[in-house]
Parts: sequence; structure tokens; C-alpha cells
Amino acid sequence: MIELIPNQLGYPLLSLLIFVPVIGAIVLLAVRDAGAARWIALLFSVVELGLCVPLLGNFNSSVAHMQFGESMPWITAWNIHYKLGVDGISVLFVGLSALLTVISIMVSWTAVTDRVREFMIALLFLEAAMIGVFLALDLFLFYIFWEAMLIPMYLLIGVWGGPNRLYAAVKFFLYTLVGSVLMLVAILAVYFAAGGTFDVLTLMNYKFGRAFQMWAFAAFFAAFAVKVPMFPFHTWLPDAHVEAPTAGSIILAGILIKMGAYGFLRFSLPFFPDATIAYTPAIMVLSVIGIIYGAYMAFAQTDFKKLIAYSSVSHMGFVTLGIFAMNSQGLEGGILQMINHGVSTGALFFGVGVIYERTHTRVIADYGGLASKVPVYAAFFMIITLSSIGLPGTNGFVGEFTILLGAFQHKAIYAVIASIGIILGAGYMLWLYQRIIFGTVTNPHNEHLTDMNPREIVAALPLVILVFVVGLYPNAAFQVMHASADNLIKHVHAKASVVPAAVQAAGALIGN
Amino acid sequence: MVTSLQDFLRQLLPLYPELVVITIALTVLLLDFFVERRNKAILGWYSLIGIVIAASMTVKLMGTTGSFFGGTFLLDPFSTYFKLAFYVACGLGILVSMKFLDIENIHRGEYYALMLFATCGMMLMASAGDLITLYLGLELMALSIYVLAGFMRSDSRSNEAGIKYLLLGAFSSGIMVYGMSLLYGMSGTTNLNGILAFLRGADLSNPVLFLASVMLVVSFGFKVAAVPFHMWVPDVYEGAPTSVTAFMSAGPKVAGFAVLLRMFAHTLQPLHADTSIILAGIAVLTMAVGNILAIAQTNIKRMLAYSSIAHAGYALVGLAAGGPDGAASVMLYVLIYAVMNMGAFGVVIMLRRSGARGEEIADFAGLGKTNKTAAFLMLIFLFSLTGIPPMAGFVGKFYIFKSAVQAGMIWLAVVGVLFSAISAYFYLRVIMLMYMYEPKQEFSLVQSPALALALAISVTAVIVIGVYPSRVLDFARASLIGIL
Repeated sequence: MIELIPNQLGYPLLSLLIFVPVIGAIVLLAVRDAGAARWIALLFSVVELGLCVPLLGNFNSSVAHMQFGESMPWITAWNIHYKLGVDGISVLFVGLSALLTVISIMVSWTAVTDRVREFMIALLFLEAAMIGVFLALDLFLFYIFWEAMLIPMYLLIGVWGGPNRLYAAVKFFLYTLVGSVLMLVAILAVYFAAGGTFDVLTLMNYKFGRAFQMWAFAAFFAAFAVKVPMFPFHTWLPDAHVEAPTAGSIILAGILIKMGAYGFLRFSLPFFPDATIAYTPAIMVLSVIGIIYGAYMAFAQTDFKKLIAYSSVSHMGFVTLGIFAMNSQGLEGGILQMINHGVSTGALFFGVGVIYERTHTRVIADYGGLASKVPVYAAFFMIITLSSIGLPGTNGFVGEFTILLGAFQHKAIYAVIASIGIILGAGYMLWLYQRIIFGTVTNPHNEHLTDMNPREIVAALPLVILVFVVGLYPNAAFQVMHASADNLIKHVHAKASVVPAAVQAAGALIGN
Repeated sequence: MVTSLQDFLRQLLPLYPELVVITIALTVLLLDFFVERRNKAILGWYSLIGIVIAASMTVKLMGTTGSFFGGTFLLDPFSTYFKLAFYVACGLGILVSMKFLDIENIHRGEYYALMLFATCGMMLMASAGDLITLYLGLELMALSIYVLAGFMRSDSRSNEAGIKYLLLGAFSSGIMVYGMSLLYGMSGTTNLNGILAFLRGADLSNPVLFLASVMLVVSFGFKVAAVPFHMWVPDVYEGAPTSVTAFMSAGPKVAGFAVLLRMFAHTLQPLHADTSIILAGIAVLTMAVGNILAIAQTNIKRMLAYSSIAHAGYALVGLAAGGPDGAASVMLYVLIYAVMNMGAFGVVIMLRRSGARGEEIADFAGLGKTNKTAAFLMLIFLFSLTGIPPMAGFVGKFYIFKSAVQAGMIWLAVVGVLFSAISAYFYLRVIMLMYMYEPKQEFSLVQSPALALALAISVTAVIVIGVYPSRVLDFARASLIGIL
């Protein structure tokens, strides 16, 4: 039974995490100068990242409870509360969101020259909404953040994106909106079924009827599967990734698509354990298809960003595979892989952005032989490529290995097929690396490329460090999430087994 | 004599707000002779003061409830809620009109007088305790709006709008009176409470009752622009002066729902099982036609016309759901809708320059570059109309769909949210034009303190209600006392 441990810090840490970026955005409204806007946005995002220090420092990883809790009535007529808390599952995502926002602002420093102030406002609002999603413990509050996220992301893609940005922005918006509104109806149904509460912790312990679980799970699935994105709901992702500005791609790959998987963990599994178990085979199959399909598609791409986008589909297949393996290895591997994917794919898009800013082309064939021109960039890209492939010693290896361990215990065949995906992943990533970095310079435009400048190196450094820290000492991450993940698995199994047992008992009585 | 005069005035007390509005309207007509052409805005401010006085009287009368003048006039929290909503709609309507009338060169005192007459009609509709009063109020409102729609005498589109609205409006009034006469024939009374009492003891399977309620659905459906009684809306909305369109999409629509609620949630409540399914069907049709046809529009006023049809559909979902929460959700929704729609029309009016209409959706191209404030306000209103949090539109839709789920009509909620997602497409298109296209032309936006005030009020309301809806929500729920 998860409880909300009230915040003891003396200051509302979680509210600050949500409102510091909002305040930053409001301050920016009064700023006219583009240069000042950049610095102010950076300042606020760094303050936000600084707030993660007390968050992680005071986080007690030995319990599965929600910590730093805040709760106050908000809309009393509907029994809605402003209720926040973090546990081992969400705390890492809060940190990752804060980090990637700082990096996004730094990578946009010279890349974005049009309407800089508005760009930074959108980024900061996006950050607030993302962190709100991870902290909210009231379904209504969660939904507000979940939907509010669409506005800045839509504008980021649509205003500062590539040539085909309008199509991509609308597609992104409509796809995710359709999934979300179906979830909204399910949220309302859950509210009434549980006697009028949106409180996540209460709902976790409420036992819904089996038939109700089946369709409510399906409605939540509509929202989360689109966001992840799971095959076959992934078609918005390549468009959105390709057209988004670099900062948008980093946030999209790093955080936004993790929210689908986070939604499974926070809501679908604990609320609807019976349905989870009933749907598991289907979801496992979709995950495996996604792994192979994403990898297969990645091979065929001629566009740098599109290749990485399809690799995301493949990697997110691993995440859902791990989560729905329904054992602690799979689950913890899935959570870790979400963080890993955020770091490595965020870094990959960062890498694309750095080079795109110089060449203004995303066509892979326009590159080649960059190693001789931009050695620092080549080294950075190497590390990230290896992390994405999952080379031992990097973060990717730990995540994928743990997931396969869990999947194997669930059903060996899934693990076998998924490992083919790893091989394919190594194939397309190394081939990409070869085409871009190795060989001779074939494109005369690339003769005078400049290497990564100090600003870019500083922005890239945290990601590189994380690749190795998690790769060499994964316990740092596992420790934080272990209690919560373990509790979640126990909770699902305990809650799911109760209902059939009761039904059986009832059946036995009637039979006698 | 003195005491009887005092008695007389005391008897009139419940009517004071209506009397103030009428008096102001009549004095506007008089003062019109003495105000020069270029100073007509004074009449607008004068009318606004009248609205504020009437509003303060309504607030003062909040404690007084009961039925007056032989049960024909009701004073209850329900009517108070709607009267306040009408003041908001009328006040905002006057504010967005002043500069616009100057530009169109139709600044005449009658305009404000007609708006006030229409408002008074709406107030009577909300307070009606009797079919006769109801009809009286409705016609007072409708006739004033017919004239307003055709107010640009020299403009053929405006003329068309006025005539079309008049003809179809007259037709729907005929159907309504027919339905009312059937009710009267059955129950022997025109008093709403009397009819309710009759229905409670009547044989509800009587087809005449069903026919009567269908006729009322049809005629009120016309007033709130529900499908299939919506044909007039795009033409009238497009042809009427934009400021009138803004007022029309807010005031009369809210009034129509006030009457629908009074009739279907109160008087005809015993028939809810039958009417609910009709209303649900109309709601689905209305959401479908409104949202889908809006996609194809190139004129912003026509698009907002179809959007207003769609929004009537959402509100009908709440009406079909029924019960206290269903009724309260409709009340909250129409208020929020009136404010955010008024705001969107306010921005459309800003684009109206002499020489160019500024009514094509394409005219919004690049607004985000040339006028950041106007574009940002439009952005907020459009996201609110789409129903994206943290804007008020989301709260309204949330309550509507919540009451539908509560009533067990999950299918209706699913249909509603899906059409709501479709609506994102055409609202986003305007945002796209504003922010993602280059400006095609010079923008010199219409600016006036009155318009700025109207927009400031609307945007503040949209955000405050969106973030902290408790106050308005509790007010709407409390206003149901007495009718349910």
C-alpha cells in the first residue's frame, strides 16, 4: 500500500519544480532582446536542474511511498486535489526532464534565431507540463498537464520546424489528442466506478470489475500507446521527429515518448491488473513487432533524423517488452531503458542538430568522411552510437540485457526475437556511423566544417558522463527505482490474483 | 394614493432589472437625437452603465426568490445565473461593437437600444414561469436580433441575413406555439409548474405529449442552432455585422439553453426518458455536422458559425444526460462558451479595416509576426474552443462529458470527445496561419479602448476559469436550487 509522505523540507519542492519554469516563461514575456531571452531561459532551466539536487539528495530509495507529498483541495465540487509526489519510478524522469531542457536551450543558442523569446517561452512551458505529468497524483491534474503539453510542442514543431513542419505538427497534435480524449472518458468512468475520486493512490487500491478493467485499460492504452509510440500507432513519430527543431526532437525523444510508458506504469498496471495480464500477450507481440519493424525501417532511411526516429520505435519496443514481462527484471530494465533511451537518443538528436546547424542537410548521402574534419564530433557520435547499440560498458547494454532477462523468464520466444532486434540495431547504427563519419569527404560543402565549440561540448558532456555512469555502475539507477518497481510488481500480482480467487470461490459455492 | 404607489413599486421590485434595461433602451433612443454622429460611442457607454446597474440590482435581488404576477414571472437562482450571463454577453457585445460601428459607418443609437431590448427579452426568457411569458421574452429577443442582423442596410449580405433569420425564425416560432398549444390543451394551464404537476399524474405514453415535446425540441433547436435546424446559421452569421454575430452567438444561444433547461430539466422532466434519446441524437448530429463542415470553411465567420453549431452539440450532450449535474454542466458550458467565443470574435473585429473585410481565414496569415498580442489572444481563445487545458473550454467540456458518463451515456461521451478532437483540426488551422506563415499584407489592426477592455475581460475569464473553476462551478451548481 503506497502512501503519500508529506514534504518535510520546509519549502514546497515539487511545486517549485513545476512553477519555476512557468515563472521563467512569464518573466520572458517582458523581455524584448533575443540575447537576454536566451540567458534568462538558461538561468531558469539551470535553477530547475539545481532543484533536482535536493530532490535526489533527500529521496529515500528504501521505501516505495510517494515522497515530498503536497496535497490541497482544488475543485472541491468534483473532489479534485492538487496532489503531488514522487516515487522511485518518477524521480529519475524529473531529473532527466530538467537536464534535457537545459541541453535543449544550449543547443538552440545559435540554431534558433527567429522569435527566440517565444521559443524559450514554449520550451519552459513544456518543461513545466512535463514535470507536472511525472509529479501529479490526481488524475485530473495529470490530464491537465498531459494535454497542456501539446500546445508548446505543437508550436515548437510548427513554428521552428523543418520544411514539412505544418503537416507534422498537425499530425502530432491530432494523433495524440485522439488517444488522450479516449483516456479522458475512461478517467471519468474510473472516477464514477470508484465512487467519485481522482486520487491516484486511492484508485491503485480500488478493485474494479473485470469487464470494466478490460475496456478502461483499452482506453488508457489508446493514449499511452500513441505516445510511446507502439506499433502500429507510431506513424506520427517519424514526421514529428524529422520536422521538429533540434530542441524539440531532444525533448520529444527524451521525455515525451517516455510518458506513454510511464502512464502504463503509473496507471494501467496498478489500476487494471486483471486487464493487464489479459492483454499482456497482445502487447508483447506488438512490442516485438515494433522492435523488428522499427529496426527494419531504420535500415531503409536516407534521412538522418528519420533513421533515429525509427530506431526510437524499435527501442521503445524494448521498453514495453520489459514492462509487460511482469517481473521485476523486466520492469526495472524497462524503466532503466527509458532513461537510457532518453539520454542516448536525446544525444543522437543533439548530434544531428549540431551538424545540421552547419550543413543544413539531413540527407545521409551528403555526409561522409567527417572524422578527418571534426574529430571531437566524431568521438562524441561514436560514444552515443555505441550506447544506442548497447555495447557492454555503456548504459544501453545494461538496460537491454535486463529487459531480455525479464522477457526470457516471461516467454523465451520474445527474448529470442527481441535479440534479433539488437543485432539489427547494431547494423543500422554502425552503418549510419560509417556513412557519416568514415571514408573520404565526398561532399565539397563539408570541406570546411568546424568542430564542436565549447558551448556544444559543455552541453554534450552530461550525456556522455551519464552513458558511462549508468553503463559501469547501473546500481545507482536501480537502487533508486528498486523499492517502487518491486512494490508495483507485487501489487499487480496480488491484486490480480484476488479477483479470480473470489470468483472461483463464488463459483464453487454456487456449484455446491 | 402614496401608499398605493409605494405598493405598486414594491410589487414591481422583482422586475427592476428588466425595467432598468428597458428604460435605458428607451432613453438611448431619445438621446440619440442629441448626440452627434461621431460621438455615438457615448450611447454605448451609457448602455453599459445601464447594464452594470441592472446587474447590481440582480445581485441585490439574489436573496429574493419566488414566483410573481400570478406565477408568470419567477425569481430564482437559476434565472439569476442566466441574467448575469446575459449581462456579460451584452456588455462584451457593446464593447466590441463601438469601434466596429464607426468603421462600418452604421453607428446609430438604435443599435444599442436593440441590443438592450434583446437582452431584456432574454432576461424574461430566463425568468419565465409561464409559456406566455416565455414566448413574449423569446419574441422580444428574436425581433430585436432580426433587425440587428440586417443592420447594414446598404449591404446585401446583411439584408439577406436579416430576412433569412426572420423567415426561418418566424417558422420556428410557429412550431413552438403549436407545441405549446398542445401542452396547454392537455394540461389546461400555461403555467410551467402547473404543467409539471399535470405531467406527474398523466399517462406519459400519450402520443400528443410526445408530439408536443418534439415540437418544442425542434423550435428551441432552431434557436440554439442544433442540427438539422441549423441551415440559417452560416448565412446569418456571415452576413450580419461581425459585432452582431458575436453577440448573437453568445446571448441568444445562452438564452435558448436557459429555456431548454427550464423546459426539459424542469417542466418536462417526467418525459426525460423519451426526450433524452431525442436530445442525444440531435447532439450527435449537431457535433458531427458542426465540426465536419467547419473544416471546409474559408471565411472565419462561417467557420465560427459552424463551430458555434458544434458547441451547441456539446451543450446538448449535457442536456441529454439530465439530472442536476447534467443541467449544471450545460449552465457552466454556455457561460464559458459565450465568453471565449466573444473573445474570438473580438479578435476577428480587430482585423476589420476600412477597405478590407478581414473575414477570410487566410487574412490571419502572419498575424503572429505583425501583431503578437492579437495573435496570442486568438491562440488562447482557439485552444479554449478546442478544449485544451488549462483553458476554460476544457473545464466546460470536462463537466459536460463527466455528466454524460455519470448518466451512463458513455457512448455519447466517446462520440463527443472524438468530435472534439476533430475540431482541433480547424481551430489549429487558424493558429497555423497566424504563427507559421509569413504575413501577406500590412496589418493595421483596429484598436480601441473598448475592444481592448472586452478582450482583456474575456482572456482573463478564460484563463482564470480554466485554472481555478471552483467559484463559477459552485455558483452554477447552487443556481439549480428550485428548478430541480
